[in-house]
Amino acid sequence: MDFIRNFPLFTIVLSLFSGVLCMTLGGRKAKNYTVCYECVLIGLCAAVLWYTVQNGAFTYVMGEFPAPWGNEIRAGVLEALLALVFLLVLLCAVLGGWRFLRLDVEESKINLYFTLVNLLTAALMALAWTNDIFTGYVFLEILTLSSCGILIVREIGRTTLAAVRYMILNLMGSGLFLLGVVLLYSLTGHLLMVPMRGAIAEIMAEGNYALIAFSTGVLTIGLGMKSGLFPFHFWMPDTYGTATPSSAAILAALVSKAYIFLLFKIYWRVLGWEVYEALPIRNLLFLLGILGMIFGSVSAIRANNINRMVAFSSAAQIGYIYMGLGLPGGCAAAMFQIIVHAVTKSLLFLATPRLAEVSGDSLLFENLQGSGLRAREAGIFFTVGSFSMVGIPVFAGFAAKLSFAVAAAQTARPAIIFATMVALGISSTLNAIYFIRTVIRVYTAGRGGADISAPRIYAVEHNDAAALLPVSMPAVRRITYLAPCLLLTAANVFLGLFSWIVMDLIQRGLGMFA
Amino acid sequence: MGQIFRALLANYEEAAAIVLFAIGLAMLLFQRNLIRKLIGMNIMDTGSFLFLASMGYIKGRRAPILVDGIREASAYINPVPAGLVLTGIVVSVSVTAVMLSLTIRLYRRYHTLDLDEIYVLSRHQLEDR
Repeated sequence: MDFIRNFPLFTIVLSLFSGVLCMTLGGRKAKNYTVCYECVLIGLCAAVLWYTVQNGAFTYVMGEFPAPWGNEIRAGVLEALLALVFLLVLLCAVLGGWRFLRLDVEESKINLYFTLVNLLTAALMALAWTNDIFTGYVFLEILTLSSCGILIVREIGRTTLAAVRYMILNLMGSGLFLLGVVLLYSLTGHLLMVPMRGAIAEIMAEGNYALIAFSTGVLTIGLGMKSGLFPFHFWMPDTYGTATPSSAAILAALVSKAYIFLLFKIYWRVLGWEVYEALPIRNLLFLLGILGMIFGSVSAIRANNINRMVAFSSAAQIGYIYMGLGLPGGCAAAMFQIIVHAVTKSLLFLATPRLAEVSGDSLLFENLQGSGLRAREAGIFFTVGSFSMVGIPVFAGFAAKLSFAVAAAQTARPAIIFATMVALGISSTLNAIYFIRTVIRVYTAGRGGADISAPRIYAVEHNDAAALLPVSMPAVRRITYLAPCLLLTAANVFLGLFSWIVMDLIQRGLGMFA
Repeated sequence: MGQIFRALLANYEEAAAIVLFAIGLAMLLFQRNLIRKLIGMNIMDTGSFLFLASMGYIKGRRAPILVDGIREASAYINPVPAGLVLTGIVVSVSVTAVMLSLTIRLYRRYHTLDLDEIYVLSRHQLEDR
């Protein structure tokens, strides 16, 4: 059974190889191939998860060079669980967005889209498994470049502009991250995370606190920028709002989560949780997380376009994750929120384009009125996603909010309990305002977009008259759209009803994360 | 004050690296012209590379290639920082290439490199669904 120890490396190498292969295939073949190999990857990750639950975490030494020199992969329950969730959501996003992808992307470039998706998968896998901070940096850049790629495949001006703004912020983030890595390397002399922690403990014992705090601060700002921490969340609506639905789902649900997971890994494995808890940065994250929860939601209330609203809600949900990282003992809840948000946000970003499609291709709220009645399945998916984001019981978001509240209550520090509860209350109310309002609007019959002949940008941009034909779906495409959305809905309900199964896995994973 | 000055003078390479990084970051933030932003990004990365390279070099030691049968590790410098700089340069070059291609695409559409102007122009388009 020890052969399973090779699987994490296989997921990375196979994705890189598939990226190259997809360049040589035609569009449809590339998609079919990608779907098949994602299924294989899911199998590999599930095997790793099973193996680590049975036998505990393991370290895979590449090229058999021992610890201070070589490069390592480390797999535990938490890494395997997140990798599995990432792959499942990625598969659903690619399948569910396929119908819209063909309208947004030129036929001859569809295979390149899948090349980028595969490179992105490789980067996600590498960030989940790696135990080396510089490998983390390299795959961070690969993730940035490929996510920029899947953004600009939709060749309209606004997308390109959004991509440029996204990239500039990301490049600043990468630059700061690189500086942080270089500083930590020059302080510790190591790049592998575990030896680094030993060196950092020695430095802390000597009382050289400022240098560690500075390097960590630089790393945190860098990754915070990339993942959309509160003051840096302004790129989200343009980026998610203009991308093709698959890309929006992947970017919102997975890419920012991979950055946060890397940051968490650095806190836990490079600094050690005790050192991290002693640094002031934790309080700052707690505060910025709460501010993000509130201001993200306020911006979402003011949005006039459904995708911008969902994108701003991402900013708020990222705030929850950072609040969890800042909360003493809240990291299990933060990891759970990563999973919940990945599953929910991808569902929302797959539901909105279908609602827009039956409303004259308009994402504006006034045109969307009654769209849930015109596209019933998408209306249901949107409602499930909204209820989950608001935190209505049975759905995943409720379990996440509950676990934050429990984590706060267990700190037994009144100020923190009070701040968390108030923040959760305000944020849930704001979420309810804009999500429930939209659900009601989507289900209100009336003069909606059905009567409005808004210009169909897809058709004009791509000179494709087929896009102007009636909006009912052919049976085959219906299944490729419905199946992934149903899977995500089921995952939502599962996480809401049986959250303790996943929480148990996360706790176990945290136990062996060091 | 004198002590800080002496420390800076002793570590002038690192000080220069941090200054370069700050200049690059400021350019990336505050320049409106896309090409200038990209140049800023490259300066920023160069700052990090200079920092790494100067950290990795110890005066009087050789490049880590075995010559003349000298086998003590103390005769050579650490090869890892140089390797990191090389990797970093590759990343920086590819990011620059992607950004330049994006810049070309934006220029073809809006006929300007000024990001603020492009933003205003994009608002007047009907693409906002």
